Amino acid sequence: MLRVQNLAAGYGQSQVLFNISLAVPAGQVVALLGRNGMGKTTTLRAIMGLLPAMGGQVLGGQVTCWGNSLLGLPPHRVARHGLGLVPEGRQVFPTLSVRENLTATARPGRWTLDRVHALFPRLAERSASPGARLSGGEQQMLAIGRALMTNPDLLILDEATEGLAPLVRADIWAVLARLKAEGLAILLIDKNLEAVMRLADHLVIVEKGRSVWTGTPEALAAAPEMREAYLHV
Amino acid sequence: MLARLKPHAVPLALFAALALAPLLGFGAGHSLSLLARAIILALSAIGLAVLVGGAGLVSLGHAACMGVGAYAVVMLDAARITDALVVFPVAILAGGLFALLTGAVAIRTSGVNFIMITLAFGQMAFFTAASLSAYGGDDGYTFYGRTSLFGTRLLEDRWFFHYALLLLLLGAWYGGRRLLASRFGRVLRAARENPLRTQALGFSPYPYQLLAYTLAGALGGLAGALLANATEFVAPSFIAWQRSGDLLFMVILGGLGQLHGAILGALAFVLLEEYLAELTPHWRLIFGPLLVLVALYLKGGLLSLPGLLRRG
Repeated sequence: MLRVQNLAAGYGQSQVLFNISLAVPAGQVVALLGRNGMGKTTTLRAIMGLLPAMGGQVLGGQVTCWGNSLLGLPPHRVARHGLGLVPEGRQVFPTLSVRENLTATARPGRWTLDRVHALFPRLAERSASPGARLSGGEQQMLAIGRALMTNPDLLILDEATEGLAPLVRADIWAVLARLKAEGLAILLIDKNLEAVMRLADHLVIVEKGRSVWTGTPEALAAAPEMREAYLHV
Repeated sequence: MLARLKPHAVPLALFAALALAPLLGFGAGHSLSLLARAIILALSAIGLAVLVGGAGLVSLGHAACMGVGAYAVVMLDAARITDALVVFPVAILAGGLFALLTGAVAIRTSGVNFIMITLAFGQMAFFTAASLSAYGGDDGYTFYGRTSLFGTRLLEDRWFFHYALLLLLLGAWYGGRRLLASRFGRVLRAARENPLRTQALGFSPYPYQLLAYTLAGALGGLAGALLANATEFVAPSFIAWQRSGDLLFMVILGGLGQLHGAILGALAFVLLEEYLAELTPHWRLIFGPLLVLVALYLKGGLLSLPGLLRRG
């Protein structure tokens, strides 16, 4: 469904991505692994068309979704091709209520307010609270719910479990497993290797702006030297 | 029933006070003129409050939309067209069209640049009005009578005019509230919070902001036409950027959190201005510092005053 080939990108004079290639088939989960500063978040921003607004630009390569090129499109057009981003740092709309956060950018489809409430009962309870009043875990649920309400074909998560309490983290992983079981394709960045290995169908290791290894979790488990060299675990 | 009305206590009290004011000692000609001015500015300020508080678009050219509405009345009057059914729709369309055209350019920018561009368009309108020698140029244009309503001179009846204005204000306030609570308003407010995030979720803020800007301009055009009727005189000073600044201050003085803040702000602004001017010719020396104090200590505007007093 989503295909990234030889993507290169940077901010101003400094090039961050040199050669990133990855593919997310429909209904599958792909995880980007790699240490901090290796270009994982920049890869997601480049896919979403967010780089120009952040002082960056795509220098080369191809990004396609269902065969349509996404490069050069403004973010709202990229999103309409079926990509739903849950950004790093959650970024819920602070003065909008939980309900408004969910419905403001909703698009018709299988995900409705009721189904998101069933997935995250906590959001139903806090329906009228402003986004800024939520705990970190609740904000994360809201960010995921908000992306689901746009009814994407592919959910993209940037560090969705970062900085959360272990119990909340487990909740989020359980929800992601449920979404996968329902057939939603997911592209995610996460530092929790164990949880990622359990959920993902494919792993892509990013090192200094290059995708240096692609394979299944089993293949990575059988290659301790890769984990040693690129992930330091 | 009472519990349901409670969240609307302040706006309801405001509208009740305005409705009763003519019966409670504000029924004299001068008082009613003052109130008419305040209500008309409040009407315009509601449009600006939707822009500033709802969309996060701080326009310093809102008076230009009023000016366009006012000059629409002037031009029609000069052509001897004074029927309200023509005059007001034309003024509304003219204000909206002006906002649509200038907004299409201005909304491509944001922050300080947006303020500068709206200011620049406002000044263009000001100098254009000043150069319209056929309509009095700098000296302005005096009407022989107000716009006629169904062939009658009803608008010249101060009491009728007062309640007609009040009804329009109520409609604008209610419409503005509904607009901000609608899907359209939610996208507008989301874009104010985080435009890039809104885009990444599949919505470009631009058409939403432009439509809001156009609607505010149309409301400004209506207010301008009403002001022309209230004063029976129009001059370029109606469009001066100070007037835009005044409107912006009314909105902030009342409080950006809710739309009736704009009404409260406009009333407080106009009445304070009047009262202080009666006290001393150097009233601006008092008025200025008062505004500074409000900006410093009343972050939520006058709307936040009761809560602040309750907490001591």
